[in-house]
Amino acid sequence: MAKLTIDDLKKIKEKSNKETSLRHGDANIKITVHMGTCGIAAGAREVMNALMEEMAEADRQDIRVVTSGCMGMCSSEPNVTVETEGAEPIVYRDMDSNKMRQVFKRHVLLGEVQTAFALARM
Amino acid sequence: MRELSLHILDIAENGITAGADCIHIFITEARSADRLKIVIRDNGKGLPPEKLDKITDPFVTTRTTRRVGLGLPLLAAAARRCDGDLTVDTKPDEGTEVTATFQCSHIDRAPMGDIAATITTLIMGNPDIDFVYTHMIDGNDFSLDTREIKKDMPDLSLTDPVVIHHLTDSIRSSLRQLESDKDERGE
Repeated sequence: MAKLTIDDLKKIKEKSNKETSLRHGDANIKITVHMGTCGIAAGAREVMNALMEEMAEADRQDIRVVTSGCMGMCSSEPNVTVETEGAEPIVYRDMDSNKMRQVFKRHVLLGEVQTAFALARM
Repeated sequence: MRELSLHILDIAENGITAGADCIHIFITEARSADRLKIVIRDNGKGLPPEKLDKITDPFVTTRTTRRVGLGLPLLAAAARRCDGDLTVDTKPDEGTEVTATFQCSHIDRAPMGDIAATITTLIMGNPDIDFVYTHMIDGNDFSLDTREIKKDMPDLSLTDPVVIHHLTDSIRSSLRQLESDKDERGE
């Protein structure tokens, strides 16, 4: 049976060690990608992929990415919520890979809320 | 859904919502027999019998945020239009097993799509849940078990985006290997 072998894992670990510094500290930014049936059908997995790539590039240990279910606003999926400490959560609507990259670079990293993509303040 | 792997992501998320801490995903592609089987099993709280009867009725859902549940009905429709079927086996407090079958070559069968992205999205988005993924193509198989990874490499963080990136690549190349093993045998 072919398996993800220990060797594969060691290689992954070696590569990862080269590319990332030691991660420590608590997360104070949380990004939620909503992954209900509606979100997935509308492209949430692609949004998540783009976000993972940006995260890998940014190498920030204070950002946490989670998935959650549908929040009842299916017509505006894919929805992404960005919560930063000390600020109101922002829900973004109709996301795609490019919008996700922009939100990550501008809002998450620089603190500039991208109001053009925002659904509402929560 | 455009890809079967998106259905898999969706049904696996159902299991997580049901309180599971381990999700099994089995994909069996028996191309010689022209059948494709997808099984998603969770160890969550299971479904009450009265819900099971109406499992593919979109207007029956356990959710509270809206009154329509489309995940299972969509997968059932996808399977049934490809000369296949969907069955749900559930036991209270033990879990639920969803099985979808397809005729592999059916013109309406959606492609498997990016299954590696589905698996790593699940792993990254749900750090407290274990995933066991087994993919079999005509007798050759590939498996990944996050319980084993956590045991063998306790200091490897499975939510680290860089690790996830390499893991996705690793799954993709293993699946390509499965395909080429099959071709070499002349099947």
